[in-house]
Amino acid sequence: MLNRYPLWKTLLVALTVLIGFLFAAPNLYEPDHALQISGVRGSEVQVSTFEQVKSKLEQQLEIKSAVLEDGQILVRLNDLESQLKARELTTELLGDKFSVALNMAQTTPGWLAAMGASPLSLGLDLRGGIYFLMEVDMKDLLKTSREQMVLDYKTDLRKERIRYQSIRLQSEGVLLKFRDEEKLEQALTLLKGRYATTNFVQLKSAPLSIRATMSPELLREIKLAAVEQNITIIRSRVNELGVAEPDVQRQGEDRIVVQLPGIQDTARAKELLGATATLEFHMVNEQASPGSVPAGSKVYQRREGGSVVLYKKVMLRGTHITDASSGFSENAQPEVNIKLDAKGGNKISEASKRNINKPMATVFIEYKPTGKVDKDGKQILRKVEEVISVATITTQLGRSFRITGLDSPAEARSLSLLLRAGALRAPIQIVEERTVGPSLGKENIELGATAIVLGLAGVLLFMLVYYRGFGVVSNIALAANVVLIIGVMSMIPGASLTLPGMAGIVLTVGMAVDANVLIFERIREELAAGRTPQQAIHHGYDAAISTIFDANITTLIAAIILFSFGAGPIKGFAITLSIGIITSVFTAVVVTRTVVNLWVGGKRVDKLSI
Amino acid sequence: MFKIFKSESAINFMGLRKLAIVFSVIMMSLSVFSVFTNKLNLGLDFTGGTVIEVGFAQDADLQKVREVLAVNGFDDAVVQNFGSPRDVLVRLAPRDDVKAETIGSQVLDTLNEQLGQQVSMRRIEFVGPKVGDELTEKGGLAMLAALICILIYVAMRFEWRFALGAVIALAHDVFITIGLFSFLQLEFDLTVLAAILAVIGYSLNDTIVVSDRIRENFRKLRTGTPSEVINISLTQTMSRTLITSLTTIIVLLALFFKGGALIHGFATALLFGVFIGTYSSVYVASSVALSLGITKEDLMPVEVEKEGEEHDDMMP
Repeated sequence: MLNRYPLWKTLLVALTVLIGFLFAAPNLYEPDHALQISGVRGSEVQVSTFEQVKSKLEQQLEIKSAVLEDGQILVRLNDLESQLKARELTTELLGDKFSVALNMAQTTPGWLAAMGASPLSLGLDLRGGIYFLMEVDMKDLLKTSREQMVLDYKTDLRKERIRYQSIRLQSEGVLLKFRDEEKLEQALTLLKGRYATTNFVQLKSAPLSIRATMSPELLREIKLAAVEQNITIIRSRVNELGVAEPDVQRQGEDRIVVQLPGIQDTARAKELLGATATLEFHMVNEQASPGSVPAGSKVYQRREGGSVVLYKKVMLRGTHITDASSGFSENAQPEVNIKLDAKGGNKISEASKRNINKPMATVFIEYKPTGKVDKDGKQILRKVEEVISVATITTQLGRSFRITGLDSPAEARSLSLLLRAGALRAPIQIVEERTVGPSLGKENIELGATAIVLGLAGVLLFMLVYYRGFGVVSNIALAANVVLIIGVMSMIPGASLTLPGMAGIVLTVGMAVDANVLIFERIREELAAGRTPQQAIHHGYDAAISTIFDANITTLIAAIILFSFGAGPIKGFAITLSIGIITSVFTAVVVTRTVVNLWVGGKRVDKLSI
Repeated sequence: MFKIFKSESAINFMGLRKLAIVFSVIMMSLSVFSVFTNKLNLGLDFTGGTVIEVGFAQDADLQKVREVLAVNGFDDAVVQNFGSPRDVLVRLAPRDDVKAETIGSQVLDTLNEQLGQQVSMRRIEFVGPKVGDELTEKGGLAMLAALICILIYVAMRFEWRFALGAVIALAHDVFITIGLFSFLQLEFDLTVLAAILAVIGYSLNDTIVVSDRIRENFRKLRTGTPSEVINISLTQTMSRTLITSLTTIIVLLALFFKGGALIHGFATALLFGVFIGTYSSVYVASSVALSLGITKEDLMPVEVEKEGEEHDDMMP
């Protein structure tokens, strides 16, 4: 019989739409203003902490609920005002050992959450927050690696008693010169055996010379390791900022994307994320004076003026620091107390044992912009090295010690913060920033929602007036389509709704009826050509389907290319557009057919309301 | 029943073909000319620089904002209202002398301190010059990639003449929309680029529906010149073309008037693109296919020869 679906097919369609509804449903529940409290720097949220926070807040405010879960406290509050007040109280109570972040906590009912349904995550343009794109500057890192190559080769050749004339740093690699062919051959065999990822080439242009360059794989490895290390460090710095759902990810070979929802203080965030200050400890070369510097030593400027000659060899790098706190010494000078990891502890204790009663210098290293840009438009950074203190090692140092010689308590604080969060492996630069204030975010949601509602209402009205009975059918499909888009968006992890995304939904609403228009116009033509209503429906759907597919697949191509283009604001649009195209074909073809079949299928109909 | 478009007999669309070609060529030339002379008013995404949107409690005094900024070293700042008289947009070109990423907060602090009025931060966007160049390059590539992929798909599904017609129609829409943005000096940012790609999708949608019907009619109708067949097909699909354009325009008007300032350029590009795309699918795509000499034979399905097939034609 024409226009009847078997029961299972009808049920399957109904089930699909129902699932879409269920997954879209969590968006109907307004989220709570909430506080999220977690430990930083090794401190953990204990049950006692939880009790403390809870009782303090309960004394002063009305709270909806407070739970301790996965080492985090989540406090739900009634409104923005009490949320801010609660943050103030909690920060006061807990100090800087804990991070207190503002958040919006979802209120999805348990039975929906149990199915895995959760509300849409909102993009930064809708919830407010900061987006940073950072680029890791590899120049310095590569130079340091080459310097290390020089030192390594010298040590290796000396150990094996292979005499060389010179080993020097070049812009692209390291140049090794020898006095005779035999030594060169020996050295080549030795080094090739030891450093598989380095290319050693005997030069034709210069006699008895080898050039060592890093292989592309090694370069990639160094870069990747530096970016990964930077990401780890940025994550820990972000934790210090107190952000509820931060997102730090690598993008491409040398870029890092940082998204901090809910944060407004961009200046502080940038200062903390981009800071590259680190420390190095060197021994002072007492034999040398700044006028004549022997090999292996270098002149450093002192912060309070003057200069000092230090051995180039680094006793300890800032990477071994596990904790740092600021304070005052006995004579009221600002100081930073440092704790090291086991490896760092061994290193410093080893080195200090051999150097008791000798002076050790603390070098403060920072990267500052020069204001100039290179040919790629990148800011050129300058490495600034300053000796902040020279102190005589009185006893063997262990895993914790302190440094003095800082300008002010504020500097001690910020240095300790940076040391705690770790030193960046390579300096970073912010190459793109997008910050949206909370008021604008809220406004954007309202604007987007209004546009969707108005656009939808206009189209629904038009379809109803124009196609009457069948207009109702297509309106059911259109409503189902919007729900399905939201449902699918909520299902996909990592997909977030943005303002352009909302524009994509609006556009889909306008274009989705196209499929129905195609079908309905066909049915009208078939009716005009004298077919019976049942036949007209049957042929109308059949004839329109291939056109609908062709038309939508090409639009989908455009949407997918947009998606792969990938820039933030466009991606959101591409996602909703792509999802919308797919769901709209389903609702406009399958859902309407099901409804039409239930409505007129198998019945005697003389006239169609179309 | 309501009918948006009534016609018992086929309308001679192709009769106006020559006129349409002249019109399209003129419009495209003007667009290209405008892009070369007026250039595009490229947005921050492509030029790099900093944009700061601030909100005032009352209507903002733009002149005063400009003065305060000029005094404090931001004399190249472009200051304008954005969306409402209380919202102000400050745009700064990329500069070399200050650490670029701190400009946003510097401007904000300056305004807060010196205007004697509480200013709230609504939005800060900073795009480095390198990222801007990359986005420009990627945007152009995306547009090109979209056209090529679509060319391939349509050529596979239809016939090369239709494919070429469709892609020429799309290029036509893209050129003229960009031309409009250049002529009116509207800001061309990433959302506008997205809109133009959506216009490509929309216009293609239209073109395919029309081409599909032309193919069907070539196969079905036994008589008629290619031009007549195309006219019949365009007449048959005309009400669908108009209705879909209408519903799309309804939602775009909602976006244009209620979507807010951030989405304004997007809605403008799409609104214009829908008009031009509807026109191009009727006139450009079909005329090109016709000019390239499309005939009935070209669109006959390639069939595997079966026994007795030659008799099929005689069946009723």
